[in-house]
Amino acid sequence: MTASPASTDPTSAGPDADAADTPQALVLTEEQAALRDVARKFLRDRVPTTRVRELMATPTAFDEALWSDVADMGWLAMAIPEDHGGAGFGWVEVAVLFEELGRAVAPLPMLSTTMATAVLLEHGTEHQQATMLARIAAGTLRVTVAVPIDGAGDGVTIVDGEDGSALQGHASHVLDAAGAHAVVVATDMGAVVVPLDRDGITVTPLDALDPTRPLARIDFAAVPLHDDDLLAGTSSDVVDRARTVGAVMLANELVGVAAAAHEMAVEYAKVRMQFGRAIGSFQAVKHMLADDLVRLEAARSAAWWAARVLAVGDTEELDVAVPVAASLCPDVAAEVTGHTIQVHGGIGFTWEHDAHLYYKRASAARPLLGHAREWRRRLAATLAL
Amino acid sequence: MDELAGIDEAIDALLAAYPPASTPAQEFWGAQFDAGLAWVHHPPGKGGLGVSPRHLAHVRSRLAEAGADQSNVRNNIIGIGMGAGTLLAHASEDLQDRLLRPMFTMEEIWCQLFSEPGAGSDLANLATSATSEDGQWVVNGQKVWTTLAHVARWGLLVTRTDPGQPKHRGLTFFLLDMTLDGVDVRPLHQITGEAEFNEVSLTDVHVDDDLRLGEVGAGWSVAMTTLMNERVAIGGNVPPRGTGTIADAVAAWHARDDDDPVLRDRLVEFWVEAEALRLTSLRASDGRTAGTPGPEGSTSKLHWAELNKAVATFTMEVLGPDGMLFPGGYELTVPTADEAPVATPQKSFLRVRANSIEGGTSEILKNVLGERVLGLPGEPRVDKDIPWRDVPR
Repeated sequence: MTASPASTDPTSAGPDADAADTPQALVLTEEQAALRDVARKFLRDRVPTTRVRELMATPTAFDEALWSDVADMGWLAMAIPEDHGGAGFGWVEVAVLFEELGRAVAPLPMLSTTMATAVLLEHGTEHQQATMLARIAAGTLRVTVAVPIDGAGDGVTIVDGEDGSALQGHASHVLDAAGAHAVVVATDMGAVVVPLDRDGITVTPLDALDPTRPLARIDFAAVPLHDDDLLAGTSSDVVDRARTVGAVMLANELVGVAAAAHEMAVEYAKVRMQFGRAIGSFQAVKHMLADDLVRLEAARSAAWWAARVLAVGDTEELDVAVPVAASLCPDVAAEVTGHTIQVHGGIGFTWEHDAHLYYKRASAARPLLGHAREWRRRLAATLAL
Repeated sequence: MDELAGIDEAIDALLAAYPPASTPAQEFWGAQFDAGLAWVHHPPGKGGLGVSPRHLAHVRSRLAEAGADQSNVRNNIIGIGMGAGTLLAHASEDLQDRLLRPMFTMEEIWCQLFSEPGAGSDLANLATSATSEDGQWVVNGQKVWTTLAHVARWGLLVTRTDPGQPKHRGLTFFLLDMTLDGVDVRPLHQITGEAEFNEVSLTDVHVDDDLRLGEVGAGWSVAMTTLMNERVAIGGNVPPRGTGTIADAVAAWHARDDDDPVLRDRLVEFWVEAEALRLTSLRASDGRTAGTPGPEGSTSKLHWAELNKAVATFTMEVLGPDGMLFPGGYELTVPTADEAPVATPQKSFLRVRANSIEGGTSEILKNVLGERVLGLPGEPRVDKDIPWRDVPR
């Protein structure tokens, strides 16, 4: 059931190597490293933390011009096949982007967009794919996904309305909903994708722990359904796909969040003097940062592996690789970013210091697609433990 | 790419001439050495092909696929893993020609005479003395934690030749013939009762000057070569999923007849961490193969040691009342290669305490990660610039 993953040798594509089935090696190719460098520079120039702070003070934390430039960079087209107006890369490249987005704590609706893209690619009707994917890639259509969260008390049902079927109920804690045009939502009778400006839909922004990642509640009051709204997959298929792809990308994003925060702490420990010494020379501080490096690299390995398995579509291995990354990375990121505050001491606790941006991003990500405990419960079932 | 093609050609030729299934292991290892596939990065004639060490993992994995016995690497790890690189860097041609081949074929086992009762983490504090006398060196002192010393023909020995110098500067490195008069090896029983290690006392041992590696007083840098080579030796070794201490925990869990959700969650949490560590070893191996090694290559030992202790302790909890037993009892034995010791989770629980001590304590490894990988400043060193004999001990 859980065969040992094979490693590809990037220097030799031997006669036995089957590129279609074997996950890529756990290194970045030259092209992927170039993509990482371009993404890092773009985000550093366009969304430095000074800009992050301006955006997070707005209700949607959204910058139309920035999003349009992100689309021009091709980032929204990356996972979409060329015949749907995409660029036809793969999930590994998307994951490379997410690690950089995390480093920048960028307030861009990439996670919701990527989940919606994954759902439409796998479970959209031909009509939905034809009308939506190219527009998503161009940055002119933003779709989010209402992924049910344990304990949120969500529920959307399809009821008989005056002129046919209608949506009734609510979805809470929906990612990026206030800045989106449409939402994918699972109901008791199948999943649908509906525009958010339709009659009967109310989007109410929530006060989010992480102001760089907006959440909203969506209420559906007798919202008329059209034939074209229904997705091809079942509700649970749609939610699983969104959660799987979302969790892999979130794991990679959180590796970036943790890495940037850890670097910030390390650099500070080299220059902050107390007792006549740089504080990084004290083992209490040095060993904490070393322990965090160990955890961070383990988390990165898990996140990278999950992205590579996702890219080859090995569903059996995904049942292991995704829970491993999804249960580990958010907790590691929350711990590492918390230590960044600690290493900075008093200044790290202030609003003006950036440490809290990373800590809040990591902490709010823990329940976002399921708590670590829920992922471990799934993994226990897979492993028959 | 050309390099790799040449290596594959050499592997194909070796396997054709000496099919692993029908060739005695020692004969195969000799042929492997002669084909330059023992340490591919060594020059031709010294067991290598003069190519990059990153191809070592490729050779090992191809030979493993072909079913070749590679137990020599494990069973003569000090020699093959650390001694060979030291000889290559510092020994005369004559010594290299005399010693490398029998090392690889296991005809001669090697041990490492570094640690002492007063020099563990602070290796450079070692006190074993070597004094010059009639063109020879006379060695006196005591070494401990010496793996394989009871079967070793050769030892890698660091001594102090000038106690008037600061600790790093007064050291000299030798190859020690373990059959010489005055070399006394005694098993050192550990908390499991077994004696994997030895203590070695050296009393007026006369060592020829041509067995000195490096200049007199340059022993520290030679010893560093030895320790650096450790990583090359173990490179490319990625354990299968679910093996090691986590396997004991899973087995203990399956043996329980209850369904404790708290224990299950903790078990899966450990399983996840073990898998992430395994993937990190895989990533480090992939990084070395691609020629882009990163920090992931430096974190595994520390992570492995700490996780092993946590998992083995957890396993004892899963075992319930059997966590009070030690099946087989404590027999003071010396394990041999032919007679594998009984493996129990209880014995593993005790054995893994050494994981965070052997091969660098976790505290030292955190200093190494902090200072060499993260670039943090070092601790103030009070003994760095004063003569070794004046350092309090």
